[in-house]
Amino acid sequence: MSLLNAKDLVIKFGGLTAVSGFNLNIGENELIGLIGPNGAGKTTVFNMLTGVYQPTSGEIEIMGEKTKGLKPYELTKKQIARTFQNIRLFKQLSVIDNVKISFNYKISYGLFNCIFRLPGYYKEEERILQKSRELLKVFGLLEKENELATNLPYGEQRKLEIVRALAAEPKILLLDEPAAGMNPQETTELMKLINWIKEEFKISILLIEHDMKLVMGICQRLVVLDHGQVLAEGTPEKIKKDPKVIKAYLGEEVAV
Amino acid sequence: MDFAQQLVNGLALGSVYALIAIGYTMVYGIIKLINFAHGDIYMVGAFFGYLVALYLKLSFVPSLLISMLGCAVLGVLIEKVAYKPLRGSSKITLFITAIGMSLLLENAFRLIFGPNPKPFPELLKVKIYKLGGFQINSLQISMLLVSIILVILLQYIVYRTKSGKAMRAASFDIDAAQLMGINVNNTISMTFAIGSALAGAAGVLVGMAYPRIDPYMGIMPGLKAFVAAVLGGIGAIPGAMIGGILLGVAETFTKAFISTKLSDAIAFAILIIVLLVRPAGLMGKKVNEKV
Amino acid sequence: MNKKFKSAFLILIPILLVFAVLQSLISFEILNNYYTQILIVICINIILAVGLNMIIGFTGQLALGHAGFMSVGGYAAAILTLKLHLPFPIVLLAGGLVAALFGLIIGIPTLRLKGDYLAISTLGFGEIIRVLIINIDSLGGARGLAGIPKETNFAIVFFITVGIILIIRNLMTSSHGRAMLSVREDEIAAEAMGINTTKYKIMAFVMAAFFAGIAGGLYAHYFMFLDPKSFDFLKSTEILTFVVLGGMGSISGSALAATVLTILPEALRPIAEYRMVIYSASLILLMIFRPQGLLGTKELSSLKIFNFRKNNLMKVKKGGTKDVAA
Repeated sequence: MSLLNAKDLVIKFGGLTAVSGFNLNIGENELIGLIGPNGAGKTTVFNMLTGVYQPTSGEIEIMGEKTKGLKPYELTKKQIARTFQNIRLFKQLSVIDNVKISFNYKISYGLFNCIFRLPGYYKEEERILQKSRELLKVFGLLEKENELATNLPYGEQRKLEIVRALAAEPKILLLDEPAAGMNPQETTELMKLINWIKEEFKISILLIEHDMKLVMGICQRLVVLDHGQVLAEGTPEKIKKDPKVIKAYLGEEVAV
Repeated sequence: MDFAQQLVNGLALGSVYALIAIGYTMVYGIIKLINFAHGDIYMVGAFFGYLVALYLKLSFVPSLLISMLGCAVLGVLIEKVAYKPLRGSSKITLFITAIGMSLLLENAFRLIFGPNPKPFPELLKVKIYKLGGFQINSLQISMLLVSIILVILLQYIVYRTKSGKAMRAASFDIDAAQLMGINVNNTISMTFAIGSALAGAAGVLVGMAYPRIDPYMGIMPGLKAFVAAVLGGIGAIPGAMIGGILLGVAETFTKAFISTKLSDAIAFAILIIVLLVRPAGLMGKKVNEKV
Repeated sequence: MNKKFKSAFLILIPILLVFAVLQSLISFEILNNYYTQILIVICINIILAVGLNMIIGFTGQLALGHAGFMSVGGYAAAILTLKLHLPFPIVLLAGGLVAALFGLIIGIPTLRLKGDYLAISTLGFGEIIRVLIINIDSLGGARGLAGIPKETNFAIVFFITVGIILIIRNLMTSSHGRAMLSVREDEIAAEAMGINTTKYKIMAFVMAAFFAGIAGGLYAHYFMFLDPKSFDFLKSTEILTFVVLGGMGSISGSALAATVLTILPEALRPIAEYRMVIYSASLILLMIFRPQGLLGTKELSSLKIFNFRKNNLMKVKKGGTKDVAA
């Protein structure tokens, strides 16, 4: 079944066409890499898929439902979640509060309940607490649950962002340069982690990355973007050898 | 007939708002701060003019120039003491500081001069000129003339001098300007100096026209000039001028044809409409946040 | 279950104690009218401050013009008392609801704006409210509304204040409170995680307006007179100062600052002339040297002295959540 289907997405900012003719189909249990030189429009694509930008034209369907025009918070309900290129954690909130936020959109108690602390409130809060803790434990962050997010080391902050996104219980996870700023060892661990997430949580992952080792290592399929257009699509093997891709990344004169 | 008369009145008032609004917009353009104390610089200008005219018995032009100079110095001082230490702080912090500075100026002057309005000495003989269907007096002429001269001077400084270029560069991207070797601190000081001088001039002009000055006279004109700056597009100098004129005319018309009491509210109504319909103002630029 | 009752108990006892002490001082006339008035004004200012803190401190929206909501609530309550002779509790509630309605009408368009623009437009609305009231003769116009019966007393004000603080505290430690905080921290991320940021901004705004309206009603029925000029930009700034001094994001901070800043002018009466100059200079110095105010984003309850018990409890239950309000 198709989880996400983007058809002919185009977005223009004033006179500038940032992305055009973007097509992507994400099925179940897929790990897809979105790569391309800087400024190619990768994050812009993410922003369109998550409702931050409204495409100028084109269609987006998530699990069969047309989602163009929905706001980001409405799209979360459609089970798509993301992380950000420049980490956007809730810095002054604790680690566990960061995770708890993602349970908000499914909360069962209203304002009255929480102000007057009826039993329904306590049950729900306990549920959220336990689920958040489970997630943190799995990612090795449980011990720091009460630390302020801003105090975490960089690598753990990136992990926390992923945990937060997973807490929203998505079917599709969008990761924007999760390995940025990591050393080779951290990157290797991240590769294992991402693969594991896909298997364990049974979700599909769309990944923007510049680190070729990571991309080639775990992605089943690659989509190459350049100047807002899809340059090539296929398995890592095929993409590695594609002359158009090489030219886009490295310029004309470089041989394979 | 009445229309033409009110138009003249509105233009005169508008030119005053424009002078104050330019200061707001220049400072906001360069350090993204709404300098709430700016309206009170206008008040200080009126008082400087008052002191100079009363005790030094100087005539119009010297009084105006000394007052402008005094305000320029005060503006630079305020920046160095209160705003510079807070560069990079959160919006709310800057906001509160500006409000605090505004209150400080008002109350300090109240302490020194007492709360009662002071009569402004006559610096220009009031002559009334009748032209066709309306009349204009020498004070209004001086407002319009002085404003036009100052604005032309300003345009020259901003577009034809090196410091002006520095100001423009800094208002686009202050970090880049600094990296290009521009002395950003001096540029900011200069911005404050010019803006304050213009506000001071406005203060003297108004002091002459409505000859009772008091320490709180800057509050309303300050707020309204700010609205004018927003209307014109905050950060854009020509916008401030246009905004000032438009606001002056709108307010005068409201006073004349609708109701005096509502003339204060019209400024805020315009503000809200602008912010909801076109926050960038008439000539401002829309800035997008990168996600 | 026991834990909840225990903590409720721990909070309730000191509150009742404080009340008992203060009320007896008043009833036995050890504290005369002057001091009683100060106590009542302190409570009213606390209500205003903790309400505004919801908008500025917790949701991160710089909204000014809060005095406008106070005046709307005050006038609404006063008119209902004078014209319809409704009982005091109803009148207060109605005042709050009218203010909340204004909050909704003003909030929906303005909360879409950011930073400075939001500040200025809310300020503008505050001024518009003031000007409108001055121009409506049936509200007394510029001369004000007089003849309001005295219904407010210390007990009523005290318990309403406590109630409001509890409501806000309960809200902020719940999911909805976390949502507001996330809006403050990073709106874009919050939206991405499913938070309807506009809804929460409006929620904070309307609730704060509601509380301010109640404060206005209490004020009107104590001072028996409403002067539209007293609900101006300066008053809004005063309330803003309570929040900033106390620490944006701290309920107890706002309450503390409101108390201190209400008492201070009275204590400084001998040098009243210099008062405003000192006040404004202090504001500037505060921003330069301690912008986070007294308590920053922490609550009084999380300070070391109050935590001795809790720390012991925590050692026993390893991994228990610390009860810190944001």
